[in-house]
Amino acid sequence: MTPKRRRLWLLLGSLGTLGIAAALVLTALNDNLVFFYSPTQVAEKNIGPDRRFRLGGLVEQGSVQKEGQLVRFTVTDTNKTVKVTYRGILPDLFREGQGVIAEGSLGPDGVFTAREILAKHDENYMPPEVAKALKESGKWKDAK
Amino acid sequence: MADLHFLANPARFRRFSQRVLPGLGFATALMLAVGIYMAFFVAPEDYQQGKTVRIMFVHVPSAWLSMGGYAMLSALGASLLVWRHPLAALMARAAAPVGASFAAVCLLTGSLWGRPMWGTYWVWDARLTSMLLLFFLYLGHIALSRAYDEPERGDRAAAILALIGVINLPIIKFSVDWWNTLHQPASITRLDAPAIHNSILVPLLWMAVSLLFLFVYLVLLRTETEIDRRRLENAEAAA
Repeated sequence: MTPKRRRLWLLLGSLGTLGIAAALVLTALNDNLVFFYSPTQVAEKNIGPDRRFRLGGLVEQGSVQKEGQLVRFTVTDTNKTVKVTYRGILPDLFREGQGVIAEGSLGPDGVFTAREILAKHDENYMPPEVAKALKESGKWKDAK
Repeated sequence: MADLHFLANPARFRRFSQRVLPGLGFATALMLAVGIYMAFFVAPEDYQQGKTVRIMFVHVPSAWLSMGGYAMLSALGASLLVWRHPLAALMARAAAPVGASFAAVCLLTGSLWGRPMWGTYWVWDARLTSMLLLFFLYLGHIALSRAYDEPERGDRAAAILALIGVINLPIIKFSVDWWNTLHQPASITRLDAPAIHNSILVPLLWMAVSLLFLFVYLVLLRTETEIDRRRLENAEAAA
């Protein structure tokens, strides 16, 4: 009985220590584990021109302008916004009011030049009829 | 739990699994057939993602099973290291390649889903990276358990790896909440109501149960094989 009990405590102790170590490492690396910065974080961090990073947020309603291959739009986190230009083909899910992640850098004028655009979708799944009914009844999820 | 204790004896386990396996195999095939029919023909298309949402019916259960399989591997590792259960090591050897396969299916289907929806096959965000790590932990377990001439030493080394890797499971689960990621947050395993309409949710849960049956079937079958293999090796060593 005693050796079993000892092995069990040894195991639980090691796992506990390992858990704490992992938590500390992940907290320390927090800044490197985020995949993108929101417009608010971009403003807070004072990211200078020519540093490549990813910008993420929602495509602001009514902000998309297309001139051939060139697209201009605004990324918002409902607090701050960043203007973005992109030349290329957009993913299918790129829409106003939808999540987007752009990789590129800020120009001296504060406009973000994207080299790659990824669409981010939310966790809601439903058939089109349900989406339509929700929109008509005004119960549509608020933009997240 | 106490009722399952008799299974810790390999010989008794073998008799039990031989009785259960044919029926379980039949049930698995039937459930999978119904599940695949539902996934392709009954479930509606998604309002945004159209037909590609059907990838979810394989992707999400594979993710769950690969994580559940790893949790099981860790529990088996603990029962080997602490209680020296004779069957735990053999079952871990049986389960690791099955879990690794589900992890691979999750990564591959996710990649094929990501290309049309997100616009990329792969990004190094926290969710995708931690899931890839889970796959490598499985591979490490398989390799380590076969790395020694005496299989018992391999069993023990692999059990330690299984227990260390368990830290990764909460990281996978909560990666989408702790850090901003390209992958969206959880739709089902969350505190409020699921964010999936019932017409899509029911086929998804059905597929999850069917694939769980498949998982259990494969692990039982492979455990039988591992019991026979270990007996053969011991007999050869004795001869």
